[in-house]
Order: sequence, then C-alpha cells, then structure tokens
Amino acid sequence: MARYLARRIFYLALTLFLIASITFFLMKLMPGTPLNNQAKLTPQQIKVIYEHYGLNKPVWQQYVSYIVDAAHGNFGLSFQFSDQPVSYLISSRIGPSMQLGGQAMVVGVVVGIVVGSLSAIRKNTWIDGTSTFISILGISIPSFVLAILLQYYLGLKLQLFPIADWGGFSYTVLPTLALAASPFAETSRFVRTEMVDVLGSDYIELARAKGLSRMGIVWHHALRNSLIPLVTVIGPLTAAIMTGSMVVENIFSVPGIGEQFVKSILVNDYPTIMGVTLLYSALLCAILLLTDLVYGIIDPRIRITGKGE
Amino acid sequence: MEEKMNLAPDAFEPVSKKDELDDEKIVAPSRTFIQDAWRRLRQNKASYVCLWILVVIGLIAFTSPITASHPNVSHPNYANLPPKIPGVNINGLNGTTMVAGKRVDAYKQNNVPSKIHYTLGTDYLGRSLAERILRGTLVSLLIGLFATLIDLIVGVGYGVVSAWKGGITDIILQRIIEVISSVPNIVIMVLLMLVLKGGMLPIILAIAFNGWTTMARLTRAQTLQLKSQEYVLAARTLGESTFKIAVKHLLPNLSSVIIIQTMFTIPSAIFFEAFLSYIGIGIQAPTASLGTLISDGQKNFQFLPYQMWYPAIMLSIIMIAFNILADGLRDAFDPRTARR
Repeated sequence: MARYLARRIFYLALTLFLIASITFFLMKLMPGTPLNNQAKLTPQQIKVIYEHYGLNKPVWQQYVSYIVDAAHGNFGLSFQFSDQPVSYLISSRIGPSMQLGGQAMVVGVVVGIVVGSLSAIRKNTWIDGTSTFISILGISIPSFVLAILLQYYLGLKLQLFPIADWGGFSYTVLPTLALAASPFAETSRFVRTEMVDVLGSDYIELARAKGLSRMGIVWHHALRNSLIPLVTVIGPLTAAIMTGSMVVENIFSVPGIGEQFVKSILVNDYPTIMGVTLLYSALLCAILLLTDLVYGIIDPRIRITGKGE
Repeated sequence: MEEKMNLAPDAFEPVSKKDELDDEKIVAPSRTFIQDAWRRLRQNKASYVCLWILVVIGLIAFTSPITASHPNVSHPNYANLPPKIPGVNINGLNGTTMVAGKRVDAYKQNNVPSKIHYTLGTDYLGRSLAERILRGTLVSLLIGLFATLIDLIVGVGYGVVSAWKGGITDIILQRIIEVISSVPNIVIMVLLMLVLKGGMLPIILAIAFNGWTTMARLTRAQTLQLKSQEYVLAARTLGESTFKIAVKHLLPNLSSVIIIQTMFTIPSAIFFEAFLSYIGIGIQAPTASLGTLISDGQKNFQFLPYQMWYPAIMLSIIMIAFNILADGLRDAFDPRTARR
C-alpha cells in the first residue's frame, strides 16, 4: 500500500512537472508581450518592463525559475491586472468555483443515484423510459445552452432566482443546476446499468427467496453494491464540471476560476493561463488518486499491489 | 371400438432418396455478425429513427455548399429580420416581431421587397440564418468526423501495439496514456488552440489530441483477450506475419468495440468544437459553426430568441441522435448489455 501510494505520488509529480514544462514552452512560442502601447515606449521603458516580468533573462533561466516558483505555488505576475500575482488572483477566485463545483457534484450525483435506481427497479416502464430520456437530454444538451435557457426562463421570465452576479445562496442555484446536468445524466445512466446487473444476480434472488421486502432488498443489497463502481466516474465527472464551469461562470458572471480562465485566454494573459492550467491538472490528478485509493478500500476485491494492474 | 381406416396400398409412396430428411441441416439462413447487429438495431425503434435523422441531417449538411451558397453575404438593410415563410401565418414564422408591446411586420418596416423572405430569419449582419445553420452543421459534422477518424487510427494502432508487444513497451505506452488522461482535456484543447490559432484543422487536432486515449485503452483490453485465443495462436504457429494477424484476425474481432466507441466520440467532438467556438477560440468569423451561431445568438436572446434557438436545437438534435444511436449500437453489438 505504501509503495503503491509512493508510486502514484511520484507519477502525480511527474505529470504536473511535464504539464508545467509543456505549458511554459508553448507559451514561449506565442506572440504577445505584457506591453500595452509598444510603439509609444522608449527602449529604456521596454527594458524596465521586461526586467519587471523577468523576460530579459535567457529562456532556460526563465524556465528553471518558473518551475521552482510553481512548485512553491507562485505563478508569477498577471499580464492583465498589473502587478497582481497569479496566485493571489486564483486564491481570491477559488471559493465561488469550489462552492459551485461541489454543489453541482452533490446535486448531480445524488439525484442521479435516485433516478438511476428508480429506473432500474421499474425497468421497462414509463418511469424508466422518462428517466432514460431525461438522462439522454442531460448528456446531449451542451451546458452553455442549458445555462442560457435557465437564466432566461427561471431568472428573467419567472424571476425565481437572480440572473447573474455573486451574493448569497440564491445566486448559486441557477449555475449549480446548469453544471449539475451532466454529472446527473452520467450518474443516472451508470447507476441504472449497475443496478440492473446487480438485481439480476444470485444473491438478490436469495434475499428474495428469504422473504425480504422489496425495499429492503433494494436498500440493503442492491443499492450498496451498485454504488461502489460509481467511485470510478468521479474523476471524469470532475473534468466535466471544470469544462462546464468555464462557460457557466461566464454566463452567470460568477467571479470564479473558470470565468477568469476564459477572460485570460481572450486577452493572452499567459501567466494566468499557465497557473490555472496547473491548478486544474493538479486538482484532477489528486481526485483520480483519491478515488483509486477509496475504491480499493470500499471494494476489497480490488487488491492494490505494488505491481500495478 | 376404434374405427378402422381404409387405406389403399397405392396411397403410400416411397420417400425419394434425393430429398432425404437431414436432421443436421440448418434451415435458417446463417447471418454474419454485422447482419445480426443490423437486425437487432432495427428492432430498437429509437435508435433506428435516430440513424435516419442523422442520415437526413448529413445529406442536408453535405449538400449545403450547393443549396446554401452564400452564408457570408450580408445585407445590412435586412439585419435581424425574424423568420418568414410565405403563406404561414403563425406568430414567429410570419415575419412579425414585438416592438414595445406591439406586433409589427419587420419586413415592411425595413422595406424588404415582398419576394424576399428568410425562412429562419437573418442575423445581426443581415445574413440568412438558415444558410448559416446549414453550413455550420457541415463544419460541426466535418470536425466531429475527422477528429474521430484520427482518434480511431491513433487509438486503435496504439492499443493493438501496446497489447501485442506487451512487456516493457506496454508499460511505457500505458504510463504515457496515464499522464495524458490525468490532464483535464479542455485544458489541453485550450492550450493547443492558443498556439495553433483558430480554424478547422487546429480544432480537429486539439480535439483528437487526447481523445484517442479512451479508444487505445479499450482496444488494448480487448486485444489482450484476443491474443490468448486459439485461432491467434494457430495463425502464429502457421507463420502468419504479425501485420496480417492484426488485420485479418484482430481488427474484425475488435470492430464492435471500435464502432461503439466511435459513435460516442463523434458527439463529444462536436460538443467540444461548439464549446471552443462558443468561448471564442474555435472557428473564426466569418465561418459559421453551430458554436459560433449560438454564441452570436445568445447576445440577442431576449429580443430575437430565434437567433439562438435554431442553432441550439440543431446542435441538440445532432447530439441526442448520436447518443441514442450509440446506445442502440452498443446493445446491438453486445446483446449482453441490452435491456433485459
């Protein structure tokens, strides 16, 4: 176990190092400088600005110092907001993103489990048909279309929730719903398949023969066993929520990381793009590692060995 | 007493030797794997309908360079005209629009000649929305198909090589996949789009860049199973070349896994194209794609909702049809996962 963990953490660090290096050199290939009106500046002024951002040093020195700084959580200064460190920009914006992402994940997964198991229990009835159709819609309709429709109909027409900005809990409802659609759909489809499988197995037959009630069987035997594999989709769901958050935060003007990322892309704010890229990758890697560990613990059939799969 | 039957001896006739009854004979026609899957797919009503919807959309999209030849011609005088179909008098399709609470004929207001009408209205530059949606659909479909094609070639090749070689090659190749797939794919796409700039080819490359890992994993797992089958061993023993074994024995048996995964990859590629175009780093103006059309339409959604509705509906129909068809194909190729 300890060896497995050490190996995984080594790969995590290697992955992040590779990503940091690749983003660094990709960004070096890109045109654009932090200068606003290059034509109006004297060579001395340009030199001062370049020194300020550390752009006067040779590329390999910039690379080494970037990697060392990044390892300490320092991603340099933003080009867009003069003199704001990227790490400050990220830390001031991570709260809303985490809250929205967390809420969307919980809502999506919980509702998905309920709908998916209902669908499996009432297999081939109208309940199953309806929920399968809703899940297909959830997977198929892009989050940005859903977000705009929610904002317009629930926010503007019915005035149920604020249409944008960031205040109390009511401001989080619409973006959470928009983000939760894809985890909901994935979860309910996944749970349905697993549950149908489990309900057809011998030990369920035994429980029924024993005379257990239908609800008892579903609650004690079927649900638990069909939820275990759900752990494996948490990673991909996180990635989907990250993708969604970029447009959803933008549409609802949530001061989060996704919104900042899209803005930075459009104005070529390279240090911020690199910082957010690393943050997203680190988060996904950590969640993948965590879910693998948890899976091994809750399902003893999956033995973690030092040798890998 | 039972009644006796009176049968004349000549009522009997010897069975001719020719059509001697053969217990071993199989009467039903033998079906190939593909025929069998096709038969099962046709039984799945929803998937079958979706297949035809996609065929129709595909035909309309691929003929659009002829039928919708001027998607970028703008008529500033005809900007933001609502949809109008002659002879149809339903609000929303008759060229009228609400201005300050009153319904007015937008075509009359802008002095549009009576013979000119736009079935799906015009956008903010007076370009025909119908033509732009058709061309946008073509762009989206092309990107989806080509990105999936790259996924297919790279992913299947990688997976087969990894499983076939085994040993240290397999370990290294799998570690590479592990590293690539632990980066959020949208991040890789955004970085690549920044470097390559907008356009169709860069989008295809960016989407394909880490899309192939799933395909590679699936083919590897399947190839590992096939590798230990007797017929593969027989082929090896007979001295068949590795390449020939891969093409003749492995690929046909991998086909169901590959086809199913392909059908899930296409809608996801179409989604990512729309996503990138929507945030402004995908297809560049004036070329239309469903993503850019939605992004443009969204700006006027409150007053001219049709400008976003139509491209959004088109995108959603394509996505839904591909997803339902993919589900149906999975059930058709692998009846074990089908609804029991």
